Amino acid sequence: MPTDTIKVAIWRGGADGRYQRYEVPLRQNQTVLDVVTFVQRHLDPTLSYRFACRVGMCGSCAMTVNGRPRWTCRTHVSKVIRRGRIAIGPLENLPVIKDLATDMRPFFEKWQKAKGTFIPSRTRNDPTELIAPTGAARRAADAAIECINCGICYAACDTVRWNDAYLGPAALNRAWSLVNDERDAGNVDRLAAVAASGGCHACHSHQSCQEHCPQALNPTASIAALKRRTMQAYLKGEIEA
Amino acid sequence: MNVRLYVWQRATAAVMAPLVLVHVAIVFYATRRGLSAADILGRTRGSIVWAMFYGTFVVAVAIHAAIGVRNVLAEWSPVSERHSGILAAIFGCCLLLLGLRAVAAVVLA
Repeated sequence: MPTDTIKVAIWRGGADGRYQRYEVPLRQNQTVLDVVTFVQRHLDPTLSYRFACRVGMCGSCAMTVNGRPRWTCRTHVSKVIRRGRIAIGPLENLPVIKDLATDMRPFFEKWQKAKGTFIPSRTRNDPTELIAPTGAARRAADAAIECINCGICYAACDTVRWNDAYLGPAALNRAWSLVNDERDAGNVDRLAAVAASGGCHACHSHQSCQEHCPQALNPTASIAALKRRTMQAYLKGEIEA
Repeated sequence: MNVRLYVWQRATAAVMAPLVLVHVAIVFYATRRGLSAADILGRTRGSIVWAMFYGTFVVAVAIHAAIGVRNVLAEWSPVSERHSGILAAIFGCCLLLLGLRAVAAVVLA
């Protein structure tokens, strides 16, 4: 039966919280973020959640929607609603601060641990290095570069769930894009970091990251490529284990 | 798992794959020809080739399985990574001893 309201269950509280029910008017072209915003503005101003751009660029609004991690600003209610109901929770695999807001620090700390920072090989006084867009390394970097740091792959990853030390798909995908950056000078440290325990070899290739990535990236392929690259570097004696 | 263990696990898998195929072919050959235990032992005893073949297989299995058990313990049990490594090393040594004992039984005269 068609209905003009949505029955919404939203996670309230910290890790020991619970789902609370709300009724929200059903509208055309309504996103899950619109639903959350309606609740916060009209039903319960104490609801905590995170968003910024509302157009799928900033990666702030990822939540668990009906059991799957999604970017809520680009997820239409019509695509996820089941029998007039939607359950919205915080991202999995991250500490819950309150309600729908998770603590993203472990996620970004692992980016640092995977040496996800560009290390320049030239100074500002050197001429700009020309990188052909058709080069193999450039194309490999391109394939991995559009990550918006939303944490959806991290929340979807089974290996992250059971292995605290695992760097996770996003950090490893970032490392792979930098490994292919011909201007970068940090690859020895980077390859050593991702070849250590908790690095790329901990991945079981379940491919949940690729399945859920809203940007249609393939971190599993990046991680598989890192496995090959680190193995070559190890066999050549460029890195130690 | 780090890159060193990854390389060892993949390398031992690469060694085992053809050896398993040969072993299965031998099993088929022995059963279809109706070879008795005495017939088989008559061919394996004193054979350096069979000693090398199954000796290599046992060493590869002991390394490969120990790394796998280490990963299972580290990922699925409360045992720490270090202790998982110790337990898996003990398991690998047991496999090695049992396997080499079995090889010795069929190749030593």
